Amino acid sequence: MDNSITYRESVRQAIRDAMLQDERVFLMGEDVGRYGGCFAVSMGLQKEFGEDRIIDTPLSESAFTGAGIGAAMNGMRPIVEIMSVNFSLLALDQIMNNAATILHMSGGQFNVPLVIRMATGGGKQLAAQHSHSLEGWYAHIPGLKVLTPATVQDAYDMLGLALADRDPVLVFENPLLYNAKGALDTKLAPLKIGKALVHKGGKDITILSYGISLFKSLEAAEILAKDEIDAEVIDLRSLRPLDDEAIMNSIKKTHRVIIVDEGWRSGSISAEIMARINEQAFYELDAPMRRVCSEEVPIPYAKHLEDAALPQTEKIVAMVKQMMEKV
Amino acid sequence: MNLDITLAQKFYHEMLLIRRFEEKCVELYSNQKIRGFLHLYIGEEAIAVGVMNALSKEDSVLTTYREHGQALARGVSANSIMAEMFGKVEGSSRGRGGSMHIFDAKTRFFGGSAIVGGGLPLAVGMALADKMKKKNRVTVCFFGDGAVAEGEFHESLNLASLWNLPILFVCENNRYGMGTALEISESETNISKKAASYKINSKQVDGMSVIDVYDAANEAIKFVHSSKAPAFLECLTYRFRAHSMFDAELYRDKTEVQEWKKKDPLLVLQNRLEKLKLLDKVNIDVIENEVLATIDEAVQFAENGTLEPVSDLEKFVYSQEVEHGQ
Repeated sequence: MDNSITYRESVRQAIRDAMLQDERVFLMGEDVGRYGGCFAVSMGLQKEFGEDRIIDTPLSESAFTGAGIGAAMNGMRPIVEIMSVNFSLLALDQIMNNAATILHMSGGQFNVPLVIRMATGGGKQLAAQHSHSLEGWYAHIPGLKVLTPATVQDAYDMLGLALADRDPVLVFENPLLYNAKGALDTKLAPLKIGKALVHKGGKDITILSYGISLFKSLEAAEILAKDEIDAEVIDLRSLRPLDDEAIMNSIKKTHRVIIVDEGWRSGSISAEIMARINEQAFYELDAPMRRVCSEEVPIPYAKHLEDAALPQTEKIVAMVKQMMEKV
Repeated sequence: MNLDITLAQKFYHEMLLIRRFEEKCVELYSNQKIRGFLHLYIGEEAIAVGVMNALSKEDSVLTTYREHGQALARGVSANSIMAEMFGKVEGSSRGRGGSMHIFDAKTRFFGGSAIVGGGLPLAVGMALADKMKKKNRVTVCFFGDGAVAEGEFHESLNLASLWNLPILFVCENNRYGMGTALEISESETNISKKAASYKINSKQVDGMSVIDVYDAANEAIKFVHSSKAPAFLECLTYRFRAHSMFDAELYRDKTEVQEWKKKDPLLVLQNRLEKLKLLDKVNIDVIENEVLATIDEAVQFAENGTLEPVSDLEKFVYSQEVEHGQ
């Protein structure tokens, strides 16, 4: 067990181990080779594995994502890296119309064991074309699986789980987490796709979150504890499939729920979760469900405006307190 | 040139099968047995037949939504194609794809893509996988002239050439992207020149002559194998029928259609055989009867097919598999 590994190193270690274990695995994307990856995730891998397995691509998101699909259909296990979720829109045709449909459209003849990694989320003052959180959007699409590793352990485990899956899996990494340090045990059996994880148990309210919002939620829970509000914090880990069972079980215990989601609220994954709670656990609720989402604006550059646009710890604390006032 | 009479007979048989199959589809569409979009290949038969006959069983084929012809020429059974269009579980894609999405693993037929240009990136990946696995295969990717205006065309040609991938690109230039003529959508209407600009070995060929297409495809496949690089064939052709069943053909002149019908690939082959005094050796009537029998059987097969139970609706959204992790 290593306690001092970064999220970035954890992803790199996962790619490395996968490539050592399975010669069908290769990595392709913009600047993944010579440059070492735009967030330095694949630094050194091209030297170790060569240009044929760590492949630098031109700025052709649609073609190299589609090439990943074709290679997956033809026996390989590609990892496609897309620099940011905003750029993935250039490959959306391939992801939606091919990766997500081919198994069903071919009557089960061709599966697409493809992994697509991409950066998501704001907070780096990169403005409105590099900062969005569209993972909830991708979670709308049947045929895809959507993973949001928040911890160093999941950064490692989820890549392996995604590669072991026979279908296309999208892995969303928040670049603000790349320098985060944590514990990694590569021998641990990973918690499977579709399982949420309770990070902090609590009895008063459930905070559901994923990705970087998990840490804001945990921080909020600590602050709330000082006011004797005992919040349960759950990392959803996977937005498709969602772990309905874990969500409802927690609500049966706390009877209150707040969702923290960096996506915009309209048509978001938080809206979907609320709908499911409404369908499955309405009578367990002692208070209306609430959520902290990104404000409905393209993410701005100026720091104070960007901060105001994104979910923040203080917003979570304030909203939870409001919900608990009437107790 | 010397013409192998057995091959000529095979070509004629396959082209006629496509022609009659498509004509039957029109009838069945009118009778509401086939629904959805139906894009016919009539007039373009020489391309599918010429190219497929140059391939080995190991090669991979990707194509478009106008793909009944390619599927038949590749050896996907007429029964399973017809059953697919009837929406039956015996269909090539279990009735989940329909006319535009014929898939067949047995013949390495990777579908029918109905997003114009969307199949080209897949071809790049399939060929990349073959190259990485050191397989001696060629990936053949069919698309129309309309795809040339898509970014995916350019991205894919660049990658194929840059990475020296074993792909044969086959552009079926039927001069119209739906209802828009090539000269209205392209600044350069010679498509092979665009491929050449990506340093891809490219050629224009008479797409109405099955012999010419076959020879060019053979040559191109040889080139792909020997130089470990892609090749590009632009086949000049014409769609005799409307774009789909919902097309009143307001965008083209009837005389233009009549002119092209003089170059009907079946006639072109007949004339070629006549010139070589081989026509009497091809028993056209027998072929016609065989083809009609195949189609009758396909219609019967489709009629007798079963509808998949609705309880199976969500099958194949994800693979059935052993779950990993705890």
